[in-house]
Amino acid sequence: MAQSAAVATPPPKGKASKRRSATPRRLPYLLIAPAGLLMLGFIAYPVISVFYYSLQNYNVTKPWRNGFAGFDNFIKIFTEDELFWPSLGFSAQWVIVQVTLQLALGLALALIVNQTFIGRGISRAMVFSPWAVSGVLTSTIWILLYNSSTGFSRYLADAGIGEYGTSVLSDTGTVFWAATVAELWRGVPFFAILILADLQSVSKELYEAASVDGAGRMRQFFHITLPHLRDAIILATLLRGVWEFNNVDLLYTLTGGGPAGETTTLPLYVANTGIEGHDFGYASALTTVAFVILLFCSIVYLRLSKFGGDNK
Amino acid sequence: MTAALVEKKDARTPGTSRGNSTPPPSSHRRTKRERAFDDVPRWQIYLPLGIYLLFTLIPFYWMFLFAVRPAGSTSLVPWPMTGAHFSKVWNERSFAVFFQNSMLVGVATLIATTLVALAGGYALARFNFKIKGAFMLALLCSQFIPGALMLVPLFEIFKNLQMINSLGSVVIAETVFQLPLSIILISGFIKNVPISLEEAAWVDGCSRFKAFRTVVLPLLRPGLIAVGSFAFVHSWNHFLFALMFLSEQDKQTIPVGLNTLIGADSVDLGALAAGGVIAAVPVVIVFAFIQKWLITGFSAGAVKG
Repeated sequence: MAQSAAVATPPPKGKASKRRSATPRRLPYLLIAPAGLLMLGFIAYPVISVFYYSLQNYNVTKPWRNGFAGFDNFIKIFTEDELFWPSLGFSAQWVIVQVTLQLALGLALALIVNQTFIGRGISRAMVFSPWAVSGVLTSTIWILLYNSSTGFSRYLADAGIGEYGTSVLSDTGTVFWAATVAELWRGVPFFAILILADLQSVSKELYEAASVDGAGRMRQFFHITLPHLRDAIILATLLRGVWEFNNVDLLYTLTGGGPAGETTTLPLYVANTGIEGHDFGYASALTTVAFVILLFCSIVYLRLSKFGGDNK
Repeated sequence: MTAALVEKKDARTPGTSRGNSTPPPSSHRRTKRERAFDDVPRWQIYLPLGIYLLFTLIPFYWMFLFAVRPAGSTSLVPWPMTGAHFSKVWNERSFAVFFQNSMLVGVATLIATTLVALAGGYALARFNFKIKGAFMLALLCSQFIPGALMLVPLFEIFKNLQMINSLGSVVIAETVFQLPLSIILISGFIKNVPISLEEAAWVDGCSRFKAFRTVVLPLLRPGLIAVGSFAFVHSWNHFLFALMFLSEQDKQTIPVGLNTLIGADSVDLGALAAGGVIAAVPVVIVFAFIQKWLITGFSAGAVKG
């Protein structure tokens, strides 16, 4: 990747600008107008309103208290709120475990299905298929599997492995890993697909040359494959991290944040505060804090990983 | 970040967007070449793949089993089968209505996303304009803004537009959150179509629009199918927008319907499984059909190094 970028010549600019002057100047603006207006109205404006609401007392059930609150909401988050730090901690644990395991398994899976073998097409379709499945559907499936009276554990117990017991979802000791396995089931294909897409563009000549030089498969992997995948992995990890942080579908329906708040992530806490508690002001303040944390972590991550650095 | 990748791709194949060099080798040819260097022992492929396949397929099988097994049965083979759970969910639990709503939302989101992203993607791929950089930046930043955390202001907006309880609100929200990635992907596809093809059509007297429609659009078909299906699958699956913006039961979509089954006091596992099968079938079919294009789509559109 780096080599070819260095060899490539810049596009012939002069010719392009001559052609451009012949086209109507307004056309590109007209073309991006629908997307731009939709994003201004339904992304930019809501983001600004979140910041605005975060400085307000805004509770549908207590309208008499509504009004400007300054930084009261934020002070409350950091001083009084007993659920904020645990939910943030659980979010961090959730993101780190998910992203690490999804990356490891997804990379392995991509390397396997990138080989040529009989049944490759159908195997790809099958191992990637959970990606098409929603969080709620994943919950549905794993609720059936985890069910204590008719689920998988009952059949294992019947076969003499383990014992009859309560559902792994209602036990504080097992709920984290139960939810983790369910999310991995549908999350691994995402990494596998992105990495596989990037694997398609590794030059086979590099492997050929490495073989001739006597490099084994492990060395080829660490010196050719991994460096090639570097940017894709950094990007996929970041997108997935943000997504795993933000997404609430699975945990909302699988555990509802329980038992005993054990699986309440920060966004789930926000959703509960806003939707069920109707406290929009406080939920917005929590959102703002979550957004700032996410932004900060993303920037630090991009800095540390030196994303795209060697290509500029 | 994706910007860097897209730019890089440009730099790597400078000719393709300006039309003065040979097109890059197609992925099909590359696949054939791979075979020569394929010396991994078979068991190292089939053993881990087999284990992973079990992990992937057992949950699907489990759902299917519960959906067709008569109530009270503990059999692990789906025989004798019963359609009782399906007819119950479909008729009594309103899944017929949910299915129709989800289809409407999915198809509308697919059409809206594809059209808007096609226009935006064409602008990014073929023009240089003043706010191009800012527009790209906005697309990328929006990836970091969580849909879940925007629920409150979006709810307010749709309330003011009097669109609460209308499927339109969900279509708009889904489209907006699909757009950034779709635009980036589509502009990647368009960059892969040599501009010389369009220029040739202009010389022949075609308008820009006609040249696009007759020359570029047919070549974009695989990419558009990937982006469109992606939008469909996402909106079919997405839960929170529908949960928040649609409070009347006959306006709900399938994920919300599933959630009410989960939340029922005594969970009817057979009904839940049947609902799950109904939710899974359309997207899994769409996905099996497009997964090949999705892989090439991602490698052409966003993550190609």
